[in-house]
Amino acid sequence: MSETLSYFRQDRLPHIWCPGCGHGTITGALIRAIDRLGLDKNKLILVSGIGCSSRAVGYLDFDTLHTAHGRALAFATGLKVARPDLKVIVMTGDGDCTAIGGNHFIHAARRNIDITTIVMNNNIYGMTSGQYSPMTPKGMLATTAPYGNSERDFDLAELAKAAGATYVARGTSFHVPMLIDLLEQALQNKGFSVVEALSQCPTYMGRKNKIGSAVDMLEWIKGRTVNAKAAAALPPEKVQGKLLIGELHRSSQPEYCDEYLKATAKVRRAWKNIDGGLRGCEQNSD
Amino acid sequence: MPKTVKLMQGNEACTVGALAAGLEFYAGYPITPSTEIAELCAEELPKVGGSFIQMEDEIASAAAIIGASLTGKKAMTATSGPGFSLMQELLGYASLCEVPVVFVNVQRVGPSTGMPTSPAQGDVMQARWGTHGDHPVVVLSPGNVKECFELTVRAFNLSERYRVPAVVLMDEVIGHMREKVELPDASELVIENRPAPKSRVGYKPYEADVDGGVPPMAPFGEGYRWHVTGLFHDETGFPSNKPEVADRLMRRLAAKIDRHETEIRDYVTESLDDCEVAVVSFGSSAMSALSAVRKARAAGVKAGMLRLRTIWPFPHDEVLELSKRVKAIVVPEMNLGQVALEVERASRCSAKVVRVSKVNGELFRPEEIFTAIMEAAK
Repeated sequence: MSETLSYFRQDRLPHIWCPGCGHGTITGALIRAIDRLGLDKNKLILVSGIGCSSRAVGYLDFDTLHTAHGRALAFATGLKVARPDLKVIVMTGDGDCTAIGGNHFIHAARRNIDITTIVMNNNIYGMTSGQYSPMTPKGMLATTAPYGNSERDFDLAELAKAAGATYVARGTSFHVPMLIDLLEQALQNKGFSVVEALSQCPTYMGRKNKIGSAVDMLEWIKGRTVNAKAAAALPPEKVQGKLLIGELHRSSQPEYCDEYLKATAKVRRAWKNIDGGLRGCEQNSD
Repeated sequence: MPKTVKLMQGNEACTVGALAAGLEFYAGYPITPSTEIAELCAEELPKVGGSFIQMEDEIASAAAIIGASLTGKKAMTATSGPGFSLMQELLGYASLCEVPVVFVNVQRVGPSTGMPTSPAQGDVMQARWGTHGDHPVVVLSPGNVKECFELTVRAFNLSERYRVPAVVLMDEVIGHMREKVELPDASELVIENRPAPKSRVGYKPYEADVDGGVPPMAPFGEGYRWHVTGLFHDETGFPSNKPEVADRLMRRLAAKIDRHETEIRDYVTESLDDCEVAVVSFGSSAMSALSAVRKARAAGVKAGMLRLRTIWPFPHDEVLELSKRVKAIVVPEMNLGQVALEVERASRCSAKVVRVSKVNGELFRPEEIFTAIMEAAK
């Protein structure tokens, strides 16, 4: 326990999340994965966007960047390209990542840039008190879907895979040991890694849809999912309409920063000092 | 070291200036008439150990340069009106979080897609007030190709010195024009870097009481483990909802620039000493205006010009002083009167302000401004 706490800015606690929220569990799982891998605190950057999930970074003792709504991956891309030696993790939510940040998400995946993205998916905009997101299942209620959501939701894992992510997994705040394992794997993949972590929002999602307490919501999440490894052996009716959890995709592809350095290796020389020289000017004349 | 003499395009001079200032990271999205800057950065940055990336849009470009700057590297993007509009939210982020970054806006006629890609100067107010909320920003306006070099270097210096976003507000004519340029020796250039913290212990990224009000900035990845947020924050960088914290932050941010206005303001004058009709202009409009002023002098009218090299902060004191001793101030600009508004405000009705506007995608002919000067002199 004390090991885990040492990754927190304890003077920033208590957190702002509602009682029963799943985001703390997921944040804890990430810290345990980081701890298991023994990653250097001083070389790990956490980047987030806007929303409940994005508040996580403020509580964690690394260099942390709480950006604008939807833009975490774009900030993270700049950071990673400028300092490819740093480990970059993005913490985001379903609205932040798949609605306003959807474009950045598919392009980060397409580049296969070495960033680990944790999408805390509570199927709702929590910070603005319960509007439907692109991850709200069809038919469910939200303050902006008072008659039931008419939109289809994304399958984020399929989206990530199709866009080019090289590690894709789905876990939940119910299956915590599995989530820690998945995050550990994601952090070790050199490339764009996505872990969708289903999370419970008892305050808005749970109450509006009469799912019940946080514990009832965890049961609801459990009931919506089936282990990807077990799924193959199960009769189709047991898998139908369920979300697969576990590792869903892994492939070996060249990573963006490596490829950029490789492509430019012929002309690249290390920049030694800021001497005010007209470096570009000399270069232009050749 | 011999001086470099070259036939250069404004966009090229801007890029070379950025590299001379220590640019290490460029992120951008293609848009005419700024694209040459991206193309040159793509070619040149790897040669100096830097990086270029073409992002998926202008919002991502603005985000990426802020991310890169947080690692301690000098970062820039270049765009034109439509892209600059998309970048506004994050320009505000850089301003609040005090992350040094340079935005180049090679203006084209707008609003919207406009008339691609004819020149305009319609983003004067957007550059100052485009993002939501009160915020500090510095806006420079080069008036020829050489100044594209000089003012880009200066934009980096001011951005680093004050931890503030700096905008190089060019226009299509300045960006695409070619002139013979004599670049200064490397030894003549003053290159500034952001104030660095002395110690990791007790580091406060937004310390309020430091000299000049600009707190030292630590790079990410070096063990400072600090927090950056677009929420209002206290000196430690962590969010706060306390009214007194918010008030202190907002006033310190404004004061950072306000207190140093005289150092930042930059303009050139032509025949202002005895002048009766003054022209206030900037960018490519000022080239036509200069010709008009000289022609008016030859025709017996005591005309002069104040050419703005910084638009924001605006030289209010100088314009007020001028307005008290001239008959009229003529303001030619390729918009419907954005700098004229500020001239009217600064002159406090001491002199008649004559707007000479152009929004049809053409640049000014000197005769148009000459006619306005002669009319104002009557």
